[in-house]
Amino acid sequence: MNKTKKIRVLAAKPGLDGHDRGIKVIASALMDAGMEVIYTGLRQTPAQIVEAAVQEDVDVIALSILSGAHDYLFPKIMELLRYKGIDDVLVLGGGIIPDEDIPALKKCGIAEIFGPGTSTRDIIKFIRSRVEQKNN
Amino acid sequence: MGKEDARERLSEKMKRWSDSVGRKLAKAPERRASFNNTSGIPVERIYSPLDVKDEDYLSVVGLPGEYPYTRGVQPTMYRGRYWTMRQYAGFATAEESNRRYKFLLEQGQTGLSVAFDLPTQIGYDSDHEMAIGEVGKVGVAIDSLEDMETLFAGIPLDQVSTSMTINAPAAVLLPMYIAVAEKQGVAIEKLRGTIQNDILKEYSSRGTYIFPPKPSMRIITDIFAFCEDKVPQWNTISISGYHIREAGSTAVQEVAFTLANGIAYVRAAIDAGLDVDRFGPRLSFFFNAHSDFFEEAAKYRAARRLWAEVMLERFKAKDPRSMMVRFHTQTAGCTLTLQQPKNNIVRVAFQALSAVLGGTQSLHTNSMDEALCLPSEEAVQIALRTQQIIAYETGVADTVDPLAGSYYVETLTTQIYERAKEYIRKIDEMGGAVDAIEKGYIQREIQDSAYRYQREIEEKERVVVGVNRFQTKEERPANLLRVDPSVREAQIQRLKSLRQRRDNAGIKSALEALERAARGRENLVPKILEAVKTYATLGEICDVLRSVFGEYRAVSTLGN
Repeated sequence: MNKTKKIRVLAAKPGLDGHDRGIKVIASALMDAGMEVIYTGLRQTPAQIVEAAVQEDVDVIALSILSGAHDYLFPKIMELLRYKGIDDVLVLGGGIIPDEDIPALKKCGIAEIFGPGTSTRDIIKFIRSRVEQKNN
Repeated sequence: MGKEDARERLSEKMKRWSDSVGRKLAKAPERRASFNNTSGIPVERIYSPLDVKDEDYLSVVGLPGEYPYTRGVQPTMYRGRYWTMRQYAGFATAEESNRRYKFLLEQGQTGLSVAFDLPTQIGYDSDHEMAIGEVGKVGVAIDSLEDMETLFAGIPLDQVSTSMTINAPAAVLLPMYIAVAEKQGVAIEKLRGTIQNDILKEYSSRGTYIFPPKPSMRIITDIFAFCEDKVPQWNTISISGYHIREAGSTAVQEVAFTLANGIAYVRAAIDAGLDVDRFGPRLSFFFNAHSDFFEEAAKYRAARRLWAEVMLERFKAKDPRSMMVRFHTQTAGCTLTLQQPKNNIVRVAFQALSAVLGGTQSLHTNSMDEALCLPSEEAVQIALRTQQIIAYETGVADTVDPLAGSYYVETLTTQIYERAKEYIRKIDEMGGAVDAIEKGYIQREIQDSAYRYQREIEEKERVVVGVNRFQTKEERPANLLRVDPSVREAQIQRLKSLRQRRDNAGIKSALEALERAARGRENLVPKILEAVKTYATLGEICDVLRSVFGEYRAVSTLGN
């Protein structure tokens, strides 16, 4: 782990979905693992999320959707990030996301999709290794 | 030999027995040093008459259909009629959902339960910018009365009872349902069903709020007042612990926070000048059926006992029906696993059984594939068959409250009752549920429990079969039920065509009348009914209310 700077994570709920148990549990786990977490709250537009990511200068954006709107909202967020010239932020997704949707989401730049039953330890490990890789 | 002597003897015998078991533990230890249920209540090795010796049977347990209703709200329970088997359904367009409802009714389902998509639940039309990606996904998209007419086409509304999971815009969807009934020629006083209409748990747990608490409480009491006169058989609210539990609460918290919300609604209605014995009997409840079998069965019994006491003692209700917790149950969505999804059939069966043993009035059993996607027809059918097997084959419905008298279940019922009561006392001290939510107290309690639960799974203190033990390598099922993205396009076209055909002057004056009522104190529901009949859209009606009431902004509860 980067000793000088804490890993900064934006935990975000795009769209209208109100299921925030998962994202809050993950936010708490990341905080306990020593990361700084900013949680957007519910009902964020892709533009608001990208804006928050820029403002907060985060290393990671963790997106959660359980409503099925990931197929529109995840790519939209990636498109806005690219438009802003941001290519060094690690973007993760989670929620109810069918396996068959994952290849397309990865293709548009989402680094990994974590589904139900994932251990928060695996997510922490993943974030640390990717952010370290980037910083070296 | 006297009763006291018998107790003495039992007490001494128990002491000797415990000592002797204790001595053997060094050699043959139990699976754990201590056992606890999800609420953190210690579970003892055995329970005996000593655990319930101080309880006065009639005032704590009583008889079915009698105060405090611990044993159930009807004297004969399922010997008279089974619970209503009601599967929550709805997706894509009104036509598509209408087909699913007819399928379910043909399969022997006895009530409808409508799932609306998120834009509908948050008061946006399908062509709103915030609706992109969400139209028809988690439920059916309803923009206007026209969609509602399609949704119930060919389903006579005097023959079914319909539950609608709608909260912030409940005062729009109920009038749409009423308007459809009128068009079908059904007298509206005959309508039976439920609107969820429970905004407080939206703020704390579910997220589909629109307006701030104060105007939201007014809308709710307006609905109570309207239905009292016009739709007397309608359940005007379904005070829901389900989502509180799904958000991560314990069983005790589920009871406590649900009843605390209930207290806030009753208080608001009384303050609005309504009579507790007129609106009280139409309050209904909605609980979760989670996995700890006895804790769940006891939970429903405890909730009945505590609510009866609240209504009698705090609100001085006189009509027994005002004191009864009539409730719907759904099995716990959060316990469904993506891994080895067929195991979910078994989980759901046990959860459903706990709800039946707990005396539920209606039940939704989850489908095995819901951790993956919307349920397929086959999965829904198995879920419904699970209920039918419990009802028709197991015999558990043939006697009332068969767990009563179990030393364990009676002790647990009292423990849940007492712990929930203590929470309600704390919430009262904060000024009631609305204040407790605005302070973030309830949200923090729930999220702390959710995090604890997750850590227990990760530490393997809590086993989830197929997830953290007994895993297998498996292929994920393909060909999942998906909502066609063209649904949004189709909805937008419908809206466009509707907007061209409508009487715009009529709509304008109906919406102006609604705005005046919202600014004043007149009941909003008749105004909204007029507006929906002009085919004003859900979004247009909610925009008028947004302009008067403003929008709720959630409090932040993480980190601090």
